[in-house]
Amino acid sequence: MEVLTDNAGLFWQGFVGTVRLMCLSTLLAFALGIVLVSFRVSPVPLCRGLGATVVTVLCNTPLTVLFFGVTLGLPMLGLTEAGYFTLAVLVMGGYASAFVCEALRSGVNAVELGQAEAARSLGMSTAQTAALIVFPQAGRAAVPPLGNVVITLVKNSALAGGFSVYELFSTEKTLVERGYAVALVFLWVTAAYLVLIAVISTGFHLLERRLAVPG
Amino acid sequence: MKSGPRTASALFEAPGPRARRRHTWYAVLVALVTGGAVCWAFLRFSDAGQFDARMWEAFQYRGVQLRILAGVVDTFKAFVLSVVLSLALGFLFAAGRLSAHRVLRWPAGALVEFFRAVPVIITVFALYATDLLRTYVTTVADVLRRDFGSPGGWVADNFGSPTLWALVIGIALYNGAAQAEILRAGVGAVPRGQFEAGYALGMRKTQVMTAVVMPQAVRTMLPSIISQMVVTLKDTSLGFFIMYEELLYAGKLLAQNTATPSGYPYLPVLCVVGSLYIIMCLLLSRVARHLAARNS
Repeated sequence: MEVLTDNAGLFWQGFVGTVRLMCLSTLLAFALGIVLVSFRVSPVPLCRGLGATVVTVLCNTPLTVLFFGVTLGLPMLGLTEAGYFTLAVLVMGGYASAFVCEALRSGVNAVELGQAEAARSLGMSTAQTAALIVFPQAGRAAVPPLGNVVITLVKNSALAGGFSVYELFSTEKTLVERGYAVALVFLWVTAAYLVLIAVISTGFHLLERRLAVPG
Repeated sequence: MKSGPRTASALFEAPGPRARRRHTWYAVLVALVTGGAVCWAFLRFSDAGQFDARMWEAFQYRGVQLRILAGVVDTFKAFVLSVVLSLALGFLFAAGRLSAHRVLRWPAGALVEFFRAVPVIITVFALYATDLLRTYVTTVADVLRRDFGSPGGWVADNFGSPTLWALVIGIALYNGAAQAEILRAGVGAVPRGQFEAGYALGMRKTQVMTAVVMPQAVRTMLPSIISQMVVTLKDTSLGFFIMYEELLYAGKLLAQNTATPSGYPYLPVLCVVGSLYIIMCLLLSRVARHLAARNS
């Protein structure tokens, strides 16, 4: 307990760091993921190919390599003023966007073809079919995988601590360097992650229940 | 009519002549924007000197090639050990969670949920900082060197690093928990009749599990198990943070030790290291997809 009370400030700083990283990267991941999925399901073959390439590359690169590349590469591209925190948000948002895209795409795939055909035979335009018939059902089916994507994102955010961003992994490193018992530090840091993940998965469960078709 | 992917047909009708013309324009626009962005990035990197011949010369040297190869070997070593250990843990956890005894079921369930929720790097770093693991691995390596002659020495030289084991155990705890969940889902997917047939033949629960259910569960879940191995492979790059000399760390050292007039060759090294990772992961993903296609 002393580890926690003596270093409440550090723990709080790490916790807030992780939460900030999580919120901003999730927003970015959803924004980019929607763009990517619109490419992947587009009727234009070039867009589909481009979307598929981006997703394949992102899904098959370790996040550490991506962190390494972006923290070194983006400054060369002219983003010299961006701090480590901004770069970390960009990396994690970009990386998670591929998984958001795949979750959304699986949602679109789950919508039965007949639904769209029925909509079209009622005279709905493509935009109406998409907005009123396909997306609401696709969104509902995509909620559970999206929850997993956000949970993975929180866990991945620990890597930012290895690239000069202050969050829970940094707290662990600092306290271990100060000579506290490793096991205790590990348990408290882990407890913080467990709380975060419990909150997220409860949130997504509620959302899933809310959106479920009654009956 | 050319058939696109299913999603396209759920969202869009087969395009008519006007839609097709519009799609061509979209394609041209997207090609121009992406091409422009790529060219711009290329020019910026080129301005930064990253495409100078000097930056790439290093890759011609035998020593450098050998160092990259050593990085690949070290990554592969950590990967194989992690996969073996995670599969063993996966079977153990799954057996625990599926046990009829509450004494086993509860702790196994708690462990699985715990390790699934903890970031791998947090576990890996904690193990890396644990003196117990360090002394234990060093002692075992010393004993191997002293009492088992040259084969023992070989094992100690190649597998006697505490950093390697911190990485491997940390990765295996998380991936083992994930594999256990995959196996449990696989067992859940085996039809009830298979269990009942086993029991009707007079088999005990262990026999039913090992002889009837698990083989089928592993077979149906093989694609997911291999996809999880891709995650395991990607996780080995966490060795970078605890200075285990895997591929990424080898690359970083290489870049830092190659000074040229226009800076360090980070981009060339990243191109090489990144493509090696992507190739390794894609090969594994390809196997998973192939198996999934064969199963269905």
